[in-house]
Amino acid sequence: MSTRTLISPAQLARPRGKVLYWTVFTLVVGGFTLTFLGPLYWLISSGFKDAQEVIRTPPTLVPETFEPGNYQQAWDVMDLAELLGNTLYYAFGALAFQLVLDVAAAYSLSKLRPMFGKAILGMMLATLMIPATVLVVPQYLTVLDVPIVERNLLNTPWAIWLPSVTNAFNIFLLKRFFDSIPQELLDAASMDGASPMRILWSIVLPVSRPILGVVSIFAVVGVWKDFLWPLLTLPDPAKQTLNVGIYSLSNGVPVNVLIAALTIASLPTLLIFLIFQRNIMSGLTAGGLKG
Amino acid sequence: MSAPSLTPSKAGHSRRHTPRETPRTTSGGSFAKSLRRNLTAHGFLIGAVLCFALFSWYPMVREFFLAFQKTEGGEVTWVGLDNLATVFNDPAFWQAWRNTLLFTLLALAFGFAVPFVVAIVINEFHHGKGYLRLLVYLPVMLPPVASVLLFKYLYDPGYGLLNELLGFLGLPEQQWLQDADLSMLSVVLASTWMNMGGAALIYLAALQGIPGELYEAAELDGAGLFRKIWHVTIPQTRLILSLMLLMQVIATMQVFVEPFLLTGGAGPEGSTTTVVYLIYQYAFNFNDYGAAAALGLLLLVLLAGFSAAYVKLSRAEDE
Repeated sequence: MSTRTLISPAQLARPRGKVLYWTVFTLVVGGFTLTFLGPLYWLISSGFKDAQEVIRTPPTLVPETFEPGNYQQAWDVMDLAELLGNTLYYAFGALAFQLVLDVAAAYSLSKLRPMFGKAILGMMLATLMIPATVLVVPQYLTVLDVPIVERNLLNTPWAIWLPSVTNAFNIFLLKRFFDSIPQELLDAASMDGASPMRILWSIVLPVSRPILGVVSIFAVVGVWKDFLWPLLTLPDPAKQTLNVGIYSLSNGVPVNVLIAALTIASLPTLLIFLIFQRNIMSGLTAGGLKG
Repeated sequence: MSAPSLTPSKAGHSRRHTPRETPRTTSGGSFAKSLRRNLTAHGFLIGAVLCFALFSWYPMVREFFLAFQKTEGGEVTWVGLDNLATVFNDPAFWQAWRNTLLFTLLALAFGFAVPFVVAIVINEFHHGKGYLRLLVYLPVMLPPVASVLLFKYLYDPGYGLLNELLGFLGLPEQQWLQDADLSMLSVVLASTWMNMGGAALIYLAALQGIPGELYEAAELDGAGLFRKIWHVTIPQTRLILSLMLLMQVIATMQVFVEPFLLTGGAGPEGSTTTVVYLIYQYAFNFNDYGAAAALGLLLLVLLAGFSAAYVKLSRAEDE
């Protein structure tokens, strides 16, 4: 691929070009750091300040008072251990459901080619066209009283896990990847007597690790970031996620403690991002646009 | 779009472990064979299909029926267009649409243009690209409660950093979220900060696919920086740009979380009441599912055109 962009290398090589390049570069790097890292720095550092210092103007750049106790207090008062545990439980449960059911479905649609497979895929993709918020009300009513089995899923993890499977975008991504695995490879295994399950486990999954990684990260982050759905389906404070729990407790705690709680709630996804940023970036561009 | 790269050679190992047995399908005709094949295939599908049926397809149908029904004390009655009339006669109805439209326009002005400019600038640099990409995407990973409450502090009229900044520049302080004229803009600014990362990275990927010779050719024709952007960059990324535009219209028309968390939903004088917030209110504050569904259906009809255009364009992109 050519590395040639808008500005020609010749222009850049001139002294004036060099000066301009480095000026703009410094401004952009400085500006971006301030805009995107600045608020985060403020969040983390304010978590260490005492109640008076947090609301002092002008704000202090380096905390003068150092109270790591805020983090301890946030952890205890807001029951963050419980909220964090709940969120992890919902996120990894949703991940397990999506990995098992969505991968199986995509494998079936891509390689086993069942009758009406195209129609089923079409109906799945059609859900991407319906604005998600329009479906919140009927989905909520379904959770209140699931048809046929007549169960109320309110305040149960099923209310998070089962709807998370209906991710047509994931199925589409997985199917597209499976489509690119040569059919001859699977036919050969089938001739040797391997069952479809065995083929999925021993051939398809091992070569699909990159796409499985991307889907997994987005599945976990999706549950972690969700707000409206858990707000509606998990009204019991003992069952809430970090997002909803912190929101409902936000008016009753001192500012510095709340800020410490926000920092704790942000850390897991930030860490996921810093560790897996390569996979996340490639997933964003390989998957193209999110529907 | 880069195609997934595969190394299927590794898969060959698995054959070693495969027990040799005679294929089970030798007995029976082709009908039995095809039946068995279909049963297995549908067995793999059934879990996902059941979830879709319960949480996507059934709710879709139900949304439509709800819009024309009234539910009172478990009693369901068909009320025709009554729900639509309720929604239309609500004084908040037009205000919610005006606010939503204002949010969409402002969000497009910032959320559509800014990431594109950012991507163009980052793409020109020969250093620090990874760092800048990381910075822009960072807020996308934050839980919304964290980023929204963070902005609530930045906007605070007492000790907020934004007013500090204005004061430093010699500008008058503002009541960001408490001023009915400013509240929606404040919501848009926070929303742009939170969400622009994804768009910027997609644009960046698209920019990297532009052949450099096109810029060289434009230079030979004497094109300056802006003419190169106008005649090369934009036409070359036209498809992605239009897809993102459609997608952002669809997404921003459904805005809920940002105003809900920043201003409690309605905002000063109802200045941040959006259509989806109104749906939320009907359903979960007034228990009027019929009115909520009717309003939802209106939103659906309005966005259906954008969705259809999006699907058509993304097909074109796939080919």
